[in-house]
Amino acid sequence: MSRFLLLLVLGCFQISAQAAIDAYSFDTDEQRDRYNALIDELRCPMCLNTNLAGSDAMIAQDLRREVHRLVVEGQSDEEILDFMYERYGDFILYEPRVTLRTVALWFGPLALLLLALLVGWRMTRGQQAAKELTEEERVKLDVMLSGASQKSSSQESASQESSK
Amino acid sequence: MSELQAQASPASNIKRVLLIPLGVFMVLVIILALGFRLEDPHLLPSVLIDRPFPDFQLAELHEPERTITVEDLKGEVALVNVWATWCPNCLVEHPELMRIANEEGVPIYGINYNDDPVKARRWLERHGNAYRFNMMDAEGKLGIDLGIYGAPETFLIDADGVIQFKQVGIVTPELWRQTLKPLIEQLREKS
Repeated sequence: MSRFLLLLVLGCFQISAQAAIDAYSFDTDEQRDRYNALIDELRCPMCLNTNLAGSDAMIAQDLRREVHRLVVEGQSDEEILDFMYERYGDFILYEPRVTLRTVALWFGPLALLLLALLVGWRMTRGQQAAKELTEEERVKLDVMLSGASQKSSSQESASQESSK
Repeated sequence: MSELQAQASPASNIKRVLLIPLGVFMVLVIILALGFRLEDPHLLPSVLIDRPFPDFQLAELHEPERTITVEDLKGEVALVNVWATWCPNCLVEHPELMRIANEEGVPIYGINYNDDPVKARRWLERHGNAYRFNMMDAEGKLGIDLGIYGAPETFLIDADGVIQFKQVGIVTPELWRQTLKPLIEQLREKS
């Protein structure tokens, strides 16, 4: 059991794994870091849920080579992401850009949260209003209740009279 | 009478509350139906539709000394087919490509993708050559410019070399009848 819990806790701290190791050389360590960050961030188009770093698919190898070439050529991260986006669209970015097509993806959860808060607020407010009566309402209620009991007793006596 | 109505209204309120889960369910059904409409999540819409075919310079498969450029693809409405010997589905679609090239009079240009030229030439000898010529994209560089992630993929380009349609996967007789043929006729009328 405790082993299971340990696994569960470790699972929460998952670090992205790099399955493929390519022998690419870089001019600077900064370039290497940027390359690693980019292949971590770009999604393998052939795979459903693996980044370029974690895939051995042929297209992932080709795209890693392309990312390496662009990094060494001195292109900025933004330019490289643009390059990929122009060719493969939203799918390639694990963090899709905010466009008309992805607006529901970005703001849908927020809208649902607001909706849930609104519904929750209205429900609790309704319950409280039902629980607490104002002084005026209490008087009204008393009158209605006493009126109803009088009425029913008079009706009872009336029916008794008629049955006599 | 008025008492009866007063009794009925809380009951109908309760019924209305019971309908809320149904409403939520319907909304979910609609969203999920739209989300899962694509049978294969791989079938991404190509960003390249209505854009000119990317520039390239690649050697021809049978005449390696000859360089093919994008200009060689222009002049006619044509199909550009990405294929490889390692791709089993390319073999599946090959008879239909042969038929289109021979009977429909539509030129097909091949991109031999991430392949070995010796194997590729042997493959064409064995199964027939549907292509006017083949570009050797041994490193998949043109493939990246075309947003390709596998084979087969087929592009329909107009006479000016503008990409009009992209098929990911097999070109079937149904695809020809229902999509490619009408599109090609339309494009030929325009030019």
